[in-house]
Amino acid sequence: MVNGGLHEVDVPVGTTLADALRDVLGLTGTKIACGEGHCGACTVQLDGVPVLSCITLVHTVGEREVTTIEGLREHPLVQAFVEADATQCGFCTPGQIVSAAALLAATPRPGHDEIVHAMSGNLCRCGTYPKIERAIEAVAAENRGG
Amino acid sequence: MARLIRTEKEVEGRYTEQWVVVEEDVLEQWPEGPLQTVGRPATRVDGLARARGEARYTQDLRLPGMLHAAVLRSPHARARVTRLDLEPAMAMAGIRGVIGPSDLEPLTNEPNYEGEAVAAVAADTVAQARAAVEAIDVEWEVLEPLLDAEQALAQKSFVTNPRDYERGDVERGLAEADAVVEAEYRTQSVLHNALETHQSACEWEGDTLVVYTSTQFLWGVRDEVAKAFQLPKDKVRVICRFMGGGFGAKGSAGDYTMIAAELAKRTGRPVHCRLDRREENVNSGNRNPTIQKLRLGARSDGTLTAIDAEYECLLGWDGWLPPTAGPAQMLYACENVRTVERGVRLNTPPMDAFRAPGFVEGTFGLECALDELAAKLDLDPLEVRRRNHADHDPMDERPFSAKELMECYRRAEPHWERRHEVRARSEGPVQRGVGLATQLWYGGGGPPSYAWVRLGGDGTVTVVTAMQDIGTGTRTAMAQIAAEELGIPLERVTVELGDTAHGPYAVVSGGSSTTPSMGPAVRSAAADVGRQLIEIAAQRFETEERVLRLENGKIVSDLGGSWAIEDITGLLEDGQILGNGARGPNPTGMRVLTFGIQVAEVAVDMETGEVVVERIYAVHDVGRVINPLGAESQIEGGIIQAIGHTLSEKRLLDPQTGKVLTRTLDSYKLPTFADVPEIVAELVDKPDAHLTNLGSKGLGEPPIVPTAAAIVNAIRDATGADVREIPVDRETMLRALAEAREREKRGAPAAV
Ligand code: FES
Ligand code: FES
Repeated sequence: MVNGGLHEVDVPVGTTLADALRDVLGLTGTKIACGEGHCGACTVQLDGVPVLSCITLVHTVGEREVTTIEGLREHPLVQAFVEADATQCGFCTPGQIVSAAALLAATPRPGHDEIVHAMSGNLCRCGTYPKIERAIEAVAAENRGG
Repeated sequence: MARLIRTEKEVEGRYTEQWVVVEEDVLEQWPEGPLQTVGRPATRVDGLARARGEARYTQDLRLPGMLHAAVLRSPHARARVTRLDLEPAMAMAGIRGVIGPSDLEPLTNEPNYEGEAVAAVAADTVAQARAAVEAIDVEWEVLEPLLDAEQALAQKSFVTNPRDYERGDVERGLAEADAVVEAEYRTQSVLHNALETHQSACEWEGDTLVVYTSTQFLWGVRDEVAKAFQLPKDKVRVICRFMGGGFGAKGSAGDYTMIAAELAKRTGRPVHCRLDRREENVNSGNRNPTIQKLRLGARSDGTLTAIDAEYECLLGWDGWLPPTAGPAQMLYACENVRTVERGVRLNTPPMDAFRAPGFVEGTFGLECALDELAAKLDLDPLEVRRRNHADHDPMDERPFSAKELMECYRRAEPHWERRHEVRARSEGPVQRGVGLATQLWYGGGGPPSYAWVRLGGDGTVTVVTAMQDIGTGTRTAMAQIAAEELGIPLERVTVELGDTAHGPYAVVSGGSSTTPSMGPAVRSAAADVGRQLIEIAAQRFETEERVLRLENGKIVSDLGGSWAIEDITGLLEDGQILGNGARGPNPTGMRVLTFGIQVAEVAVDMETGEVVVERIYAVHDVGRVINPLGAESQIEGGIIQAIGHTLSEKRLLDPQTGKVLTRTLDSYKLPTFADVPEIVAELVDKPDAHLTNLGSKGLGEPPIVPTAAAIVNAIRDATGADVREIPVDRETMLRALAEAREREKRGAPAAV
């Protein structure tokens, strides 16, 4: 399942989830920046849990639900990222939003330390971290009903 | 009227004289302060596209029939290929093309640094291409690499001729000094690590070569590729609509573009050549290491009497000599200055521009030495900087077009005052301190740069220019400028950029030049549309042009009455009003620079050597600010990158083989979410009255310039230890602390 739709992919054993999403399904919102599990750009959710799709083999996904940035386009974080100016070059941004969405789903009102902990696997070379925190806090404040 | 002038052109501190045709700037600058749109925070016009994952980067291209390239790169720092058999690669599944050193210029069989390209293949898939590269039969004769700076200096192994500069007499200046600091500073090699790696996809359309590439300079790539393939320039079309970061390293075409173009030519199919992260960290440029020998002298009141500086810039095999001595030459009104810059050639990968090349390194040494001098004289470091303020360019007495550094100092004062309270918060092994450092950099931009603006029948406005937005928010800034000039809301403006076939020439996005070069061109194009609109309105409403003006999306008559812009454009149906704009000249006889100061607060664990940056205050003078929100992001981003090179980032080389050891984002330590301090960013936001119709300078680079020195000066304030190299990892910190203790034992006074 990808973003609520059922897909069957026929690819060589050893194909990563990231490649399957990008090359077979054309979901290029998921970025690859290192391809070896070090940067978080390729983050997607598997049953709501953030994973690095560049080091996840597609055949291990099975029936689980994959959520990519394409499945989160209506998430309030997207607008919050824009409003907080949390995207510069934007290459890390989809991965950041996927991670942040998983954080907010598990912890609707995260504190600073929880944000840092959850987001530390997502590198941003442009240095948007302060703005990302602001975006997450803005959505968290809505969760608070404030 | 178009005017032909000979002008000085500066990019990243590299000056050249050239002819340019400029349009005289006829527009008066807007008044100071926030206007309708300009000067007010704007969210990025392309923010949603990026955040929703819809923005198409070069990496996301899927051209029909596209092949993928992989490159055989030298695993040795210096070697000779004694045998190269490409046959086994050609025989493999999915392989469509193979090229070697005799086929293409950047391929070589005598590599002089690790990662230099030797051969390349194109295949149906990336995996097939990689496997084929493995299958190439190659034998190397490994040669002794030149890796040692001392040895290279002795052999006079230089990339370019050393650069000398002198004013006054430094020996006399040093003799007149009441205190002298003589010290050696070192900076490391830093890797850019933009998240989108260097890459291009090339496709031939008849006799035209289309290059999709992740670049900071569409037109530079066009010229390089045209030359390499002997094509008329406009037979090369370069496209980059979204790019995933460059920081200086994506200013030229690169071997990957040439390889993709050649393989596309041979296979008749589009070819994508993308560096992987490990290639990126070996082979796509770096900030060159420096060794800086400084002597600074000052009188007891802090007046500098001499700056003597020698810089060994370890460029690697190739590259250019960055203006490392720039801060020593220009920052202070010192009469006696001598600098030498040497660009040392080694068998290591070539440097490339990295966000304020030269000035980051040069400012680190100079601003640390100045603080050491202030400590010796028992003077307030901020006061010493004020005392040596240069009222005009100390190199040639030229006036500055504008300089608000004193205002920056004034604004920094309360943040500097916090030092007493910060120090008092030291407890146990954790010592706290505050440090500051001044920033100086170019950022004035220049001609030639052009823009077109079109106003459609429905009243929407499109800015068209073949510039690039490398993530700095220039699309948004250009839209704001057009909206302001025409008095319409930002939402009505679209910016089309990123394609040399669609729009006029635009500058490189480097050297903090995009906004100051492109902004005035966009404004003058919008003003051209405005003029035509008024001409048409005057005829339509049978009045005189001189009583009409544009205001808040309306044409307003001094005689009373106003009409919506649509009342005019509506007459046009499919007709359009087209405006042309060009960047005017820079002010003659003036030096255009950016200025600022940063104040850092740190906590140092005296037992473990851990340094934590707790707060940075930054104030910069870049003339008029177009978008305060985007500007704040630029400052934060620059500071965070600087925290990386100050505390954790360092390219490591194997000292025997010259191979890069830090190839992954695991071994090379970029700043993460957890490394970010509180950042307070301010801008003076006063238009440079002499610079263009905007008075704006670039902000891409200034924020990264002074941070390392401010942090290291804060470390001295906290601990009394003189750190003279970056990055300040724990080992470096503990060594500096041990030295400080030694010095104290010997009875020499520790820093104040
Ligand atoms: S691309 Fe997957 S972690 Fe970097
Ligand atoms: S926005 Fe460029 S890497 Fe994060």
